[in-house]
Amino acid sequence: MQTVTDNQRFPRTPYVLLALGAALLLFGSWWGLFFAPKEQYMGDVQRIMYVHVPTAWNWMLAVIFAFVSAIAFLFTSNYKWDSRLEAGLEVGSLLAFLLCCQGSIWAKPTWGVWWDWDPRLTSVAVLLMASLGIIALRTFVEDPARRAIWSSVATIIASVDLPIVYFSVKWWNSLHQQQSSPNTVSPDFYIPLRVNAFAILFLMTGFIMLRARLASRRLAAEVTAPPLSEAGEMA
Amino acid sequence: MIAALRKELLLQWRSRAQFFSVFIFGATALLLFSFGVGPNSEVLRQFSAGFLWLGLLLSSTLTLAESFHAEMENRALEGLLILPADPRALYYGKTLANWIQLTLLGSALVPVMVILYDAGTTRLLSLLAIIALGSAGLAAPGTLYAAMTSQVRAKQTLLPLLLFPLIVPALLASVKATSLVILGDPMQTLRSWISLLAAFDAIYWSLCGLLYPRVLED
Amino acid sequence: MISALDRYHPPNMSEPAIQADHLARRFGRRWALADVSLVVPRGTVLMVAGHNGSGKSTLFRVLASVLRPDHGVARVAGFDVVTQRADVRREIALLSHYTYLYESLTARENLHVAADHLGIKRDIVMSLLDRVALSSRADDVVSTFSAGMRKRLSFARVFLQNPSVVLLDEPYGQLDPEGFALVDDVVRELRSKQVTVLMATHQIERGASLADQQLILAAGRVQK
Repeated sequence: MQTVTDNQRFPRTPYVLLALGAALLLFGSWWGLFFAPKEQYMGDVQRIMYVHVPTAWNWMLAVIFAFVSAIAFLFTSNYKWDSRLEAGLEVGSLLAFLLCCQGSIWAKPTWGVWWDWDPRLTSVAVLLMASLGIIALRTFVEDPARRAIWSSVATIIASVDLPIVYFSVKWWNSLHQQQSSPNTVSPDFYIPLRVNAFAILFLMTGFIMLRARLASRRLAAEVTAPPLSEAGEMA
Repeated sequence: MIAALRKELLLQWRSRAQFFSVFIFGATALLLFSFGVGPNSEVLRQFSAGFLWLGLLLSSTLTLAESFHAEMENRALEGLLILPADPRALYYGKTLANWIQLTLLGSALVPVMVILYDAGTTRLLSLLAIIALGSAGLAAPGTLYAAMTSQVRAKQTLLPLLLFPLIVPALLASVKATSLVILGDPMQTLRSWISLLAAFDAIYWSLCGLLYPRVLED
Repeated sequence: MISALDRYHPPNMSEPAIQADHLARRFGRRWALADVSLVVPRGTVLMVAGHNGSGKSTLFRVLASVLRPDHGVARVAGFDVVTQRADVRREIALLSHYTYLYESLTARENLHVAADHLGIKRDIVMSLLDRVALSSRADDVVSTFSAGMRKRLSFARVFLQNPSVVLLDEPYGQLDPEGFALVDDVVRELRSKQVTVLMATHQIERGASLADQQLILAAGRVQK
C-alpha cells in the first residue's frame, strides 16, 4: 500500500490562510453591508450577493478540486489524493449547504418563496445530495483501499453529472419561469465582491488543507506495519 | 459478454416471481401517489408522467439490488472473475439485463398509469421508446452502484442515496418527454428531451463501463 | 473473451510455479498474513497445514490474485499476482470455501455458465458431472444440495478450467469417504500431468501421503 504523505514543509500555512481569510471576509463583508451603495431595484437584500457570489465561485473550485483528486487517486494510487478528496467533499458540501441557505434567504423576500428552482441553485442542491451520499459511503466501507477507489469513482460520476444536471434543470425550468438571475452585480460593487472572493478562497483552502491532514493522520493510524517477529523466537 | 448476458437472463427468469413482486410494489406506489394528491382526475392526469417515473425509480432500487444478491451469496462474482472473465463484459451483461427488466417493469406500469390517472395515449411506440431510454439511464449507474453497495453493510439505504441525485437529468427528461406524449406537445420540444436522455445514456453507459473494473478490485 | 486471448502470454517455464516473498495482508487491524515466503517447484504438491485462523485461506486467495497483498510480492506461473492478474487467473484454478455457485441455477446450468465464460463448449459438462458423481442430480437446483454435493460441484467447476496451478482450500471438507477417494485421485492425476497443486487441509496424514512438501502456517507466518 502506498505511503500517506503529510505536508511537512509548510505546517503553518493553513493557519495563515485561515487568519487572512477571516480578516478579509470581515473587511469585505463590512464594506458590502455598510459601505457599498444600495442596489437600485432590489434594495438591501441584494447585499447578500457579496457573500453569495464568492461562495458560489469557491464552491465550483471545490468541486473541481474533488474531481481532480479523484482522478489523481485512480491514476497514482497515492493516498494523499484520497485525503484531499475527503477534504474536498466535506468542505464542498459545507459550501453547497451555505449556498442553499443564502439562496433561500435571498429568495424569500424577493420572490416570496424559499426556493425558486433557479437552475444554478438546484444543481448545487443535487450535487450536495450526491456528495453527502459519497461521504456516507465512506463511513460504511472499512477497507481503506476500497473506500478510496469507490469514493473516487463515485466522485467522478457525480462531477461529470453536474453540467448535465444544470442544463436539464435549466430547460425544465425555462418553460415556467422568467429567469431573473440573482447574480447580477453592477461594476461599482466589484471591490467588496473580489475581496470576499479571495477571503473565502483562503478560508476554503485553509480548511481543506487542515481537513486533508486530519484524513491523512487517521489513515496512517489505521494502517500499521505487520508485526515483527517476536524477539528470541526462531522463524 | 454474451455469456454474461445469457447467465443474467437465466437468473432473472429463475427469479421471475421476484419481478412480479416488484411490479406490485410499483403499482402500489402509483396508487399511493394518487392518495397523496387526492381524487382530482385533472390534476392526476397532469402529473401522471411524474408518478410513473417516480414509481419506476423506487422499484428500480429493488431490482438493481436484487441483481447482485445471487452474485454475493456464494461469491459467484468472484468465481467468474478468476476464471478469468472480463469485468467490463460482466458489467455490460448485467446492465443490459437490468435494462431489459426495468423496461419491462416500466411498460407493465403503463396500463396501471392509464387506469389510475386517465392518462392514455395513442403514441404507444413513443412512450415505449421513452421508457426504454429512461430505463437505460437508470440501469447504467444503477448497476455500478449496486455492485458497490451490495458489499457494504447499509446496502439498502446507500443505493438510493447514491443513485437518486445522479439520475436527476434522466428523471427530468423522462418525465418531461412522457408528459408531452400523454398531454400533447404544442411546441414540438419532445425531440430535444429525447436527445438529452440519449446523451445521458451514452455518457453513463461508457463512463460506468470504464470505471467498473476498478470497483470490483480488492 | 477474444480480447483476453489476444493478450495471452505463455507462462515462463523456467520459473518455479509459485514464488512468494514476505507476503502480508491485513483485515482491519488484524494481520491475517504477517510474513509468508515460499517457493513451490513446478509439478509438485505442497500441503499447507495450520489451525483455523492461521491464514491458509488468505494465502490462497492472495496467490489466486483475488486479494491484493498489503506487503510483499508473489509470482504464480511466472506472473505477478498484482500487476498481471489476468494472466495469473488464466493459469490457476481455486477451490475456495466459497462455492462460487448460483443457488437458483441447477448443477448443470452452473457449469454451463462457467463454460460459457471460459469460451469452451458445453458438451463437456455431463462428463464432468459423472466424474464427481453428481449426474443424477444434474438438473436439481443448487439450493437443494448438501454441503458435500456443493463441494463436488465446485470440483467439477475446477476441472472445466485448464490450470497449471491448482489451489485447493480444504478439499476434503464436508465430503464423505467416496469424496475423500475422489480428492486423492484428483490430486494424483493432476500431479501426473505436471500440474502444481497447493492443498490446505486438516487431514494431515492424507495430505502428507500425497504431498512432496509440507508447510505449516501459524498466525500468518510460516513455521518449521
